[in-house]
Amino acid sequence: MKFVDEFRDSDLIGRARDEIRRLADPARHYRLMEVCGGHTHAIYRFGLKDVLPSNIELIHGPGCPVCVLPMGRIDDGLELARRPDVIFAAFGDMMRVPGAHGSPLEHKARGMDVRIVYSPTDALKLARSNPGRHVMFFAIGFETTAPSTALTLMRAKAEGIENFSVFCNHVTIIPAIRAILDSPDMRLDGFIGPGHVSTVIGCRPYEWIARTEGKPIVVSGFEPLDLLQSIVMLLRQLRARRAGVENQYQRVVPWEGNRAALAAMAEVFELRPYFEWRGLGFISQSALRLREAYARWDAERVFDVAGVRVTDPKAAQCGEVLKGVLKPAQCKLFGKECTPEHPVGALMVSSEGSCAAYYNYEHRKTAGQLRILTPA
Amino acid sequence: MAHGAGGKASRRLVDGLLAPLLYRQSDPVEGDRLADAARVLVGGASVAITTDSFVVTPLAFPGGSIGELAVNGTVNDLAVGGARPVALVTTLVLEAGLPTETLVAELRAMRRAAGVAGVAIVGGDTKVVEHGKVDRLYISTTGLGHPLPGVTLGARSVRPGDRILLSGPIGDHGITILLARGELDLEADLRSDTRSVFPLVEALAAAAGPGLRWMRDPTRGGVATSLNELALDSSLGIHLSEEAIPVRDEVRGACELLGLDPLHIANEGQFLAVVAAEAAERGLEAIRRVPGGEAAVVIGEVREEPQAAVLAGSRYGGTRIVDMLVGDPLPRIC
Amino acid sequence: MCLAIPGRIVELITDPVPLALVEVTGVRRRVDLGLLQDDMPKVGDWVLIHVGFAMSRISEEQATEQMRMIAMLGEDEAAMEEVRGYGLEGREP
Repeated sequence: MKFVDEFRDSDLIGRARDEIRRLADPARHYRLMEVCGGHTHAIYRFGLKDVLPSNIELIHGPGCPVCVLPMGRIDDGLELARRPDVIFAAFGDMMRVPGAHGSPLEHKARGMDVRIVYSPTDALKLARSNPGRHVMFFAIGFETTAPSTALTLMRAKAEGIENFSVFCNHVTIIPAIRAILDSPDMRLDGFIGPGHVSTVIGCRPYEWIARTEGKPIVVSGFEPLDLLQSIVMLLRQLRARRAGVENQYQRVVPWEGNRAALAAMAEVFELRPYFEWRGLGFISQSALRLREAYARWDAERVFDVAGVRVTDPKAAQCGEVLKGVLKPAQCKLFGKECTPEHPVGALMVSSEGSCAAYYNYEHRKTAGQLRILTPA
Repeated sequence: MAHGAGGKASRRLVDGLLAPLLYRQSDPVEGDRLADAARVLVGGASVAITTDSFVVTPLAFPGGSIGELAVNGTVNDLAVGGARPVALVTTLVLEAGLPTETLVAELRAMRRAAGVAGVAIVGGDTKVVEHGKVDRLYISTTGLGHPLPGVTLGARSVRPGDRILLSGPIGDHGITILLARGELDLEADLRSDTRSVFPLVEALAAAAGPGLRWMRDPTRGGVATSLNELALDSSLGIHLSEEAIPVRDEVRGACELLGLDPLHIANEGQFLAVVAAEAAERGLEAIRRVPGGEAAVVIGEVREEPQAAVLAGSRYGGTRIVDMLVGDPLPRIC
Repeated sequence: MCLAIPGRIVELITDPVPLALVEVTGVRRRVDLGLLQDDMPKVGDWVLIHVGFAMSRISEEQATEQMRMIAMLGEDEAAMEEVRGYGLEGREP
C-alpha cells in the first residue's frame, strides 16, 4: 500500500530507533503525551513501546472522541431512537459503548433500528431512501470529522431533506489539551500532536503550547516511522532546550489547515458555552452545536431531549486514565469487571481508548501469566 | 446477538452450557471431544461426526452462496478433525414465501459443492416457518467421516517448537460478505474462498504423520480466535510473524479503510495446522503440491511463554497481543 | 478522529456534488471532494480519506523528502565523528 508500507520499513525503523537511543539522555526520564487516540492505537498495534528505550514514557491523552463522551449523551441519543419511526445511525465505534440501559448494539438486539454507517453522507442516503422514517445521525469526532458532518448538513439543507437530523457531539481538541496542561497532576515534557485533526485546523492552534507552556509539540503521522521520527524531533528540541511547533506529517498536514473545511464548520456549527467531558468535567467553549440556521436538522431541537446526566460507576477511574494520570492497568476495574466483553467505560470499548488498546495488545505479554477468561 | 460471531461468546456458550448439560462420561466417544465434532464408536468402528448451521446475508455472494457454505463448512470440520468426509444429512429451515427458485438454486449449489468435495448427501429435511420467524433460509448440515489412519489430534499434543501452518490468504470470505451487503459502498474484486480443504489436509497428514498435532478451520472469529482457543487449550504461547501472514491486497485495503484486523475476519476455505518442527517443511511442501495449496505458509511457532496468549511480532521488534474477537468485527472511523 | 487512509483518485464524478472514485489497493469507494474545493485534485492524485471525505492531498514530494531524511539518520552522527576526529573545535548539534 503506497504511503503506508514505506512508513513501516524495518531498516528505516531501525535507524529511527537507533537515533532515539542516541538522543535520549540516560539520566533523564521523558514523559511524552500523544494526544490523539489514533496514535495510542498505533503505538500498541505496532508494538512501538518495545522499540523505545525504557526512559521514554508515552502517556495517553484524551483524544478519543468516544471515550470523552459522557454516558448521558449516549442515553439521550438512544432515547430518541426508541421511537418506531426513527433510524439511529452511527459509526461502528459507537456500537458497543455502554449506556445506562445498554449499548446501541444491545438496543438493536432488542428490536430498535440501529445502523452502522461509514460516513455521514451514508446516513443522509438512508434518509433519502427511507422517506417515511426519520434518520438521526449520532455524530462524534473532533475537528477531523466535524467538517464532514457540516458538509452533509449543508447538502441536506440544499436538497430540502426533512427526515434527517444530527445529534451533535463534536468536540474540539485545544480545550482538551489545555485541560491536561492545567491539571496539577500532569508533568509532561512534550506532545506528539494530533495528525488528522491538524489537516483541518493546521499547526498554528498549537503555538501557545510551545510559547506559553514551554513544551515542544510535533504534529505526527500514524505509521511507525512517523511516530518514531516525531519522537526524534521532540528529543532534538528537548536537548537543545527549544520549544516549538513542528510538522512531521508534512505530506498531509498543511500548516494553515484546510480553509474549505473550516468554512463549512463555521457555516453550520457554533461553540457551545460549555460541554461536559467524561473525566475532564465541564469545559467551556469546547464542543459544537448546530447554528440557528440549521435548527431544523438539530436532533436536540427537533426532539425532546432529556439532557440526562449519568455519572460513571464510582469505582471506574475513566477520568484519571483519560487524563493520563493513571495507566489503564491501575484502574481498580481493569481486566476484572471491565473488559472489552463487558466494558464499564468507553475507554474499554473504543478502539482508540487506552484501556482497550492496552487490554487487546499488551496486558498479557508478561511472561508466566496464565490468564483465564472469566465469564461475565 | 454476539454469540453468533465466533470468538469468546460462542465458545462460552458451547463449553459452559451445551457441554455440561448434554455430554456424559459414559458416552461412546473416542479421544478428546471438540466443540462441535467427535469420534463415535459404532460397532467397534470409529466414525467422525460433526454438525453446524449456516446463516448468511446475503444468501448469494461473489464466490458462492449459503448452499456451498453449508456443504464445505461441515466437510472442512470433518477434515480438520482428521477424517475423510463421507456423507452429509441436512435440514433446511425456510421462511414462508421464499421463492422456489431461491430454494432450487441453493439445493443445486449444495449438490455441486458436494460433488467437488466428493461427499454424498444422503438425507435431508425441510421445515417451513411463518414469515418473519426466520431470515429467508437457514441450513444445518451434519457430516459423517472416516478417521484418517495414524492421525491423532489434540491441543494437548502440541509442544513448544511446533510450527503453525496456514493454507492460504485470510479474510476473503468475511470481507466479500461485508461488501456484498452493500451498506458500506465499497467495491472490490473479491470472492468468498469457500471450498473443501480436505485434499490439502490429506496431503499434510500423509507427509507429516504423527508430527501433525492439531488443526482448525478459522471460520467465524478468524485466525485470531482459532489460535487463541489453541493457546487456551494447550496453555502455551503462540508467536506469529506479522509479515508471514498472507492477505490479499483488496482484503488489506478494505480492512485498512474500515479499521478491521484481517486476523478477525471469517474464512471458509482455509485451515490452520500445528506441525512438529521436523515435519513442518515436508508437510508444507506436500500441501503446496496440491492444486489450491500453493499459497500455504508457516506463520509462526509455539513457545512456552506467554501462557495461553497469542502474540504477533514485526521485523523491527514490536510485538502485540492478538486477542479473540468480541462480538462482530465492526468498522470504525477512529 | 483518526482513521484516515491514503487512496488514489481513479475517476472524477460530478454527482451534482464533487465526488471521486478512489482506490485503496483494489478497493474502490466514492469519496466526497467537498472539502478540497479550494484545490481540486485530479485523476491520479493521492488523497487522505476519512469517513468518506477527502481531507487533504498527499504530497509525493514531501513523502519522498521525509524518507530521505529518515534514511540519513545516524549519518549526521557519523559525519560529526569524522569531524571530531580531525581535532577541530566542535559543538554538539
